[in-house]
Amino acid sequence: MPIFALKMLFGDSARFYGMLLGLAFSTLLISQQASIFVGLMTRTFGFITDTQQPDLWIADPVQRFLDDNKPLRSTAVQRIRSIEGIDWAVPLYKGLLSVALPDGKRQMSQVIGIDDASLIGGPATMLEGSLTDLRKPDAIIVDVRATKREFRLTNPPEGGPPRDLRVGDSMELNDRRAEVVGICRATQTFQSQPVIYTTYNRAIGFAPRERRMVTMVLAGLTAGADEHQVVADIDERTGLAAYTGPEFEEKTVGYWMSETGIPINFGTAILLGFFVGIAVAGQMFYNFVLDNLKYFGAMKAMGASRRTLLGMVVLQASTVAFLGFGIGIGLTSAFGISLPEGRLAFRMVWQIPLMAACAVTVICALSAALGLWRVIRLDPADVFQGT
Amino acid sequence: MMIATPTSPEIAVGARGIEKVYVTGDTRVTALRGADLEVRSGELVMLVGPSGCGKTSLISIIAGLLRRDSGELAVLGQDPQALTNEQRTSWRLRHIGFVFQQFNLIPTLSIAENVAIPLILQGTDRRTACQRAKEALAEVGLEGRESSGPNLLSGGQQQRVAIARALVNGPSVLVCDEPTSALDGHTGLRIMELVARVGRRPGRAAIIVTHDERIFHLADHIVHMDDGRVDRIERPPSRTHHVAT
Repeated sequence: MPIFALKMLFGDSARFYGMLLGLAFSTLLISQQASIFVGLMTRTFGFITDTQQPDLWIADPVQRFLDDNKPLRSTAVQRIRSIEGIDWAVPLYKGLLSVALPDGKRQMSQVIGIDDASLIGGPATMLEGSLTDLRKPDAIIVDVRATKREFRLTNPPEGGPPRDLRVGDSMELNDRRAEVVGICRATQTFQSQPVIYTTYNRAIGFAPRERRMVTMVLAGLTAGADEHQVVADIDERTGLAAYTGPEFEEKTVGYWMSETGIPINFGTAILLGFFVGIAVAGQMFYNFVLDNLKYFGAMKAMGASRRTLLGMVVLQASTVAFLGFGIGIGLTSAFGISLPEGRLAFRMVWQIPLMAACAVTVICALSAALGLWRVIRLDPADVFQGT
Repeated sequence: MMIATPTSPEIAVGARGIEKVYVTGDTRVTALRGADLEVRSGELVMLVGPSGCGKTSLISIIAGLLRRDSGELAVLGQDPQALTNEQRTSWRLRHIGFVFQQFNLIPTLSIAENVAIPLILQGTDRRTACQRAKEALAEVGLEGRESSGPNLLSGGQQQRVAIARALVNGPSVLVCDEPTSALDGHTGLRIMELVARVGRRPGRAAIIVTHDERIFHLADHIVHMDDGRVDRIERPPSRTHHVAT
């Protein structure tokens, strides 16, 4: 009977395509919104992802997330270095500074100052130049995305048509000269400001002077050190909080999840997708079963077992769920691929298709369950009454 | 017609004192008040009577679709009510053929596939089932139309398909519920002649619920029901003449 069940499904083409459309739209809405949400959340800790060298990120304990800067005394670095199990510790500066471009345009930018000696904390991918070029005077490295967008020169100093910022161009950070020595690829930040790398000491020279300039301390553990013990020692001896990279990412995402309306907004859209699925596809499938109830009744009268009939309904629900999900997830992927790089946060991790598949399964299971209930309760004698 | 003991071997259907009451909330509707019926193998019996007299309830009980409240019943020597649900379903599949008032052909399947359904339910492979369905369709005069959809057929042709579906697995009892009510008079007569031809065979009994007096002559016995009971049983005087023509 499986082939007959599928023929019954495909043969009712208006309803079949309606169900497909409903489930595909539902999957699209759920997976696309979830992917944008994950993309946004990924941007909140993009700098942590890009910075792979440190084992520990040490910050003020009241710092709630990555960009919630609570600067530390410069002595924090030495105090961390003195803790057993710490192999190295370097300061990190991270702050928003005003950048004046050669064509006179101004742009707030995220400036990251990494350790002058080790250059730990630098970008993972260099596209032009080298990280060691940061040792040149006034040197800065700029994220490639910014060179094409915010830092694109509409009136280049040498004249001619607008062009991207490039190595050799100069700019002013807080009215101090800086020269582009390299182009890197950095994960886009949540607020999408251009990212500029320079050395720590140059960065605090660019930044307005404050008593505390160390944004965070990055540290590496000695081989065989007990990470939890070191974290506990840092807390006990310095009063500072130390996190591993994944912990700091989790803390940052936790802040955005609990303290902003972003999850509610996206959650609402995702729920909407789910309810659209139930309202459109679920109801359509239920109506499909109701319309076919007289045929199920006739088959039941003829001797079709309950299991056979239920199997037919389950197969029909599974088929439409599988196809609708496939179309929806395909559309989401096409949407993600078609986006210009960096234009919209979009990251489809494997859990998202799984979640969308579960949602579609629930939608179809609910509607099929209602249909199955009618089939189970179906009295074959009713077909003799002409009902 | 004498009412024999329900379990006699030549009796395809033997029902005695069948009672059925439908209860909905506080409302009780008595459908059958001790109905008796006997149909021998090879016979075609028509159940007639006013609406609500219990005809459909009686054939539903005989076919194992409905449970009786009291009385004795043996269909092919078996009381369907004594079987479990699964056994009764399987028993119906093997022994009972149904022709419904509304045809109940699945519109998205070809007519051959519709006819093949009972065979596939019995476990016959699809190719063999479709081949036997074609043979059954040829028997009801629909040769060459196997791949058509039911909606492309006239009402009479659809009922022929339903008859082929009812008979394809060789049931011993054919149960028809007003098979001509959705058809015009001429088509209805042709359909009933077909039922009489293919339904009345050695080893097979046919029970037909009808209001259509024009087809009475095709029956071996006409069982008149009224108020939940069998009122009288008569043999149509001109049956032999009509069947012969």
